Order: sequence, then C-alpha cells, then structure tokens
Amino acid sequence: MRDWNSQKTSLAERLAAGHPHASGKMVALADLQAFLEAVLRPGDRVCLEGDNQKQADLLASALAAADVSKVHDLHMVQSGVVLPEHLDVFERGVAKRLDYSYSGPQSARIAKMLFGGKIELGAVHTYLELFARYFIDLTPHVALIAAVSADRDGNLYTGPNTEDTPTVVEATAFKNGVVIAQVNEIVDKVPRVDIPGDRVHFVVKADKPFFVEPLFTRDPGAITEGQILTAMLAIKGIYAPYGVKRLNHGIGFNTAAIELLLPTYGERLGLKGKVATRFALNPHPALIPAIESGWVEQIHSFGSEVGMDDYIRARSDIFFTGADGSLRSNRAFCQVAGLYACDMFIGSTLQIDLQGNSSTVTASRIAGFGGAPNMGSDAGGRRHPSEPWLQAGKEADPDGPAPLRRGRKLVVQIGETFGDKNIPLFVEKLDALTLAEKLKLELAPVMIYGDDVTHIVTEEGIANLLLCRDKDEREQAIRGVAGYTDVGRGRDAKMVQRLRARGVIRRPEDLEIDLLDADGSLLAARSVKDLVHWSGGLYAPPSKFRNW
Amino acid sequence: METLSYRHKAQERAAGSKSLAIIGVVASGNLEVMVERVLPDTECQVDINTAAEGFAAVWEAVVADFVERRSTGGLKLSINDGGARPDTVALRLAQAVRLIEEDER
Repeated sequence: MRDWNSQKTSLAERLAAGHPHASGKMVALADLQAFLEAVLRPGDRVCLEGDNQKQADLLASALAAADVSKVHDLHMVQSGVVLPEHLDVFERGVAKRLDYSYSGPQSARIAKMLFGGKIELGAVHTYLELFARYFIDLTPHVALIAAVSADRDGNLYTGPNTEDTPTVVEATAFKNGVVIAQVNEIVDKVPRVDIPGDRVHFVVKADKPFFVEPLFTRDPGAITEGQILTAMLAIKGIYAPYGVKRLNHGIGFNTAAIELLLPTYGERLGLKGKVATRFALNPHPALIPAIESGWVEQIHSFGSEVGMDDYIRARSDIFFTGADGSLRSNRAFCQVAGLYACDMFIGSTLQIDLQGNSSTVTASRIAGFGGAPNMGSDAGGRRHPSEPWLQAGKEADPDGPAPLRRGRKLVVQIGETFGDKNIPLFVEKLDALTLAEKLKLELAPVMIYGDDVTHIVTEEGIANLLLCRDKDEREQAIRGVAGYTDVGRGRDAKMVQRLRARGVIRRPEDLEIDLLDADGSLLAARSVKDLVHWSGGLYAPPSKFRNW
Repeated sequence: METLSYRHKAQERAAGSKSLAIIGVVASGNLEVMVERVLPDTECQVDINTAAEGFAAVWEAVVADFVERRSTGGLKLSINDGGARPDTVALRLAQAVRLIEEDER
C-alpha cells in the first residue's frame, strides 16, 4: 500500500527533531545552529529568504556555519543572492545547487564560483517565474524567512518590506514544509498579521534588526545632462503620444530623471493627469515631487525603501497600507500588476545588441534579472484594452483586423550610448552569449528579448522598433540611435535617413526639444535635501545620502 | 595633450546675431566649448584640445555629424576637453550652436 501522506510524516519528524531545541515555537539564539542542524536534511530544497531588499541575515549566517557532516548538498531556491553568506554556504559545501533571480552585490563572486564549479546552477529566473516554480517543481522543504515582529503564536508582522515572504510561506507551509522566521522582536500583539501563526513553525529573535539595503534612492545631484535629455525624449516622444498612464519604471538614473521632470517639463507640456498616474513601483524618493504636485494617483510596491516609511504613512491615498498605517508591499502581486496591468516598462540596461536583445550580464558579473524580464515583456494572456496597448499593437501590425489584433506592451530601453568608463551600451555580441558558451548553458541570460523591446531611447533620439518591417530596418534603427559607439558608427547613413523620414527614428530636433533645456535646473529636485523639503520633512534619507 | 582641427563646408549660416557664446566647464569627463562667429557663412571650423589621446577617429565622426545636422555656417568652435564621452561632446556642440543663435536669454 502506498503511503499517501509521507510528507506529513516527514514534517512531523522534523518538527519533533526541532522541538528539543525550542520552547514552544521560540528558538533561543544560542540554540539556533543545533536547531537548524536537527531540522534540515541533506539535499533539502531551502529558501533562505534573500529578497531584493530584506535579508534573513541571522538565519543566513547560522546556515553558513552549519556542520557539513549533518547539513550538506542543499538546493537553494531564493530570489536574491545578496549577502556573502548566501555564497559561503556553497563555498563550505552546505549547499550545492542554486536557482535564483538576482545577485546584485554578489554578481562578481557568483560568476567566479560558477566558473570554478562551486555552484551547480539550475537557472537564473525572473522573480515571478521563480515564485511560480515554488508551486510546481521547486517547492521548499524549509523556508528561512525574516519579519519585523512575532507574537508567541508565531503570527508575523513583516512591516513595509513584506516583499517575498507571503509567497515563500504559502509554498512551504501548505506543502508540508517547515517555516522558520527570524524577527527583530517578540511582542504580545503584532501591529498587523502579515503571516498567520499557523503557517510558522519556529521563531528566533535576532540580536539586531534584519538587513535592508536602500536600492532605489538616486541622488538627483548625480543625474547628468545626457540623462536629462533622454528623460525629455521619453516624456515628449513616448509618454505623451501614447498617453501612458499605467507603468513601471526601472531603478536607474534615466528613469529617476523622468520622475524629476514630470512636475517641470511634463507640466510645461500639459501632461499632468494624462500620463504617469498609476505605478507598479517601489517607493522611489525621486517620485516625491511628482506625488506632491498631484501627478500620481496610485502606487503598488514590490518592497519598500529605507527612509520612506513616514512619508508613505502620511500618503495612504497613494500607497497600499495596512490597518497599522505602514506600507504593505508584495513582490509577487506587484510583479503580476506590472505584467498584466501596466502599459509600459521603461528601464536601463548594460548591453543592447543589433536585434535589440538586452542583458546586464558582463564577462565577469552575473547580476541576474530580478523583475525586469517580467516587467519588460508582453503578457500573452492580456485581454483588456487600453489606448497605449492598442496603439502599439496597431503600429506593429497596421494592416491586421482591429478586433483581432493583439495590443502590445511598450517596452522601452533607455540609456546614454556610453556608460561608465566609456563602455558602449551597444554591442555586436552580448557578453551573455560568451558567458553561456563558457559555462555551457543551454540558454544565454538575456534580460529582455529583442522581440519584446518596442523603443530604444538614447541622447541621439528614439528608435521605434514597432515600425520596423524587417530585420535590416530593425538593425539600422538601433544603429541610428547608437551614437558614436562602434555599432553606431557602422550605420548605413542613407537608410537611417529614410527611417528618420518615416518617424522610425526621431531625433531631439524632430521632437522640437531644445537642447539648452537639458540642464540640472530642469529637475524638480537637485539634491536629496530637496527631496526631503518636497516631502515636508517626512522623508528620512539613510545617512549615506545625507551630505548636509 | 592632443590638438585636432577640422574644417567643413557648412549646410547653412548659423542663425542669430550673437558673436560669442561659451558653454560647459573644463573638468574631468566634461568639456568647455567656445563658439565665435568669425568665419565666412559657408564655413565651419572645430579646434580641439583634449586630454585624452588616440580618439581622432571618434572626434572626426562627431564633428562631421555635427556639421551635417546643424546650421553652423560662420562658426569657429574651440573645445577644451577634459576627457568627455562622445555623447557629452555631441550634446555640448549642439548646445553651443543653440546658444549663439539665441537673441538674449
């Protein structure tokens, strides 16, 4: 007779193994390592909560210090590989296999360890894709998560940085896995219940608050004139003509410039209320002037941002907040919102090839994708119409019958033709391909595929790829905005001229953009201090952004 | 230091009547452009003093595009370059022409 409930039996055994090291659900800090060694089994799939921002750092160091004779060959399934401990577990042999999404600060070391064979790579995912696999074939046996506070029953308050936690817990707790939470404090009653206690098996109080990285703060003072010019081009050449109201912004300086130009340049163009009213977006400090000027109606967030808590609390008409008043973020829902309910994604990248494929992988860094491939792709399942979506679909297929024609999401890549240290944005061959060859990957880590990209914006102008009718036109449209990179200088000048005459390429002068406006004085805020003023003193920037 | 000089037939006479304009600053990654209305209406000259050597081909391309796209007749542009990226150079050149065609701003 087959045992249909072997997982429940196994869960009971794990819980029983853990209980001697706990008092009820509470595990003392001193017992944490022995506790983990008792609960974990070799080969387990483990989600060590590493989100884009919030990190279960205490649990990470405890796991990295585990006795390898007891805990080994784990399969880590987590969205962010962010802390050194996330890779130490591989260095020590505690873990063997990795499926992840994003590795920002560890991008150089992860590349080295992949080359050195220290990590067996499953795949690099977009967030939503990894979350989806939690429910199909990457379900965690054990989840090690982070929350702000817990009560004695294990009810958790995750605070503004809820991020991935509900998704991780859902997949683990309802499939016979063990959920272990680190919290900053144990309280009698949590401010709000983000995770119900019956989904949480054990709680450990950390000796210091979990680590959160301010990832979305861009100092307006560091925005260049070239970035301001690209922002003007985007607003006048894309936001305005398509009437883009629902959108997601990337986290780079070009989109920060757009956010800071809405109340100045956007106002001058009469666009208030007509564009950029609803966002799937983290609470970017650079958006404060636009919010305060009445541009923004609603924002749903993946996570929070350090320093924005009081501001968000005081602007509950704009943000999603709980009964306790603080932000409720949720990465999975916000990713879905970005995929299905936004008409545009606009963000920067590191490399774009002649087909428009884009990647943030370079020869020595594997940064992963995060949410970009999801935000920056057309949702095949979308069925509700909107003006920008229909217009983009029409441009791509002008002769198709309107009632049967799919709309298109606007997927815009924005950047200057040269990046830091004179590195060209445009390349003949993506480094991602070279990397895939070296690591023998079946799939190169392409962030956004060329066939999803609708526009490329550089200081040279806008290339509208929807209007390109064949591969050659597409290549010349891209070369036409690639400036003085090798790719740009290799353009066919006559063909680029024809594309410009058709409006496939639009230069600043075609859009009647005055280049003298490309100046810092056009930004609604010129410093982090200005942002604090705009917020009425509610925004409290982290110390590294305070220079006054 | 490298010194480069390019002279082109201009598309059209530069608009406006100002005789001199300056934009930008000499700083690392930036450049200063001085533009003077001193040449015949059909000519444009660009003189470059640059801290970064070995980029003559890029300068040539930037200057050629500049003269082709803008109305630069009669202008002599002198560049003091602190190793600016080509995109910054192109923007500054275009801004310089905009500035000299302004009446007063």
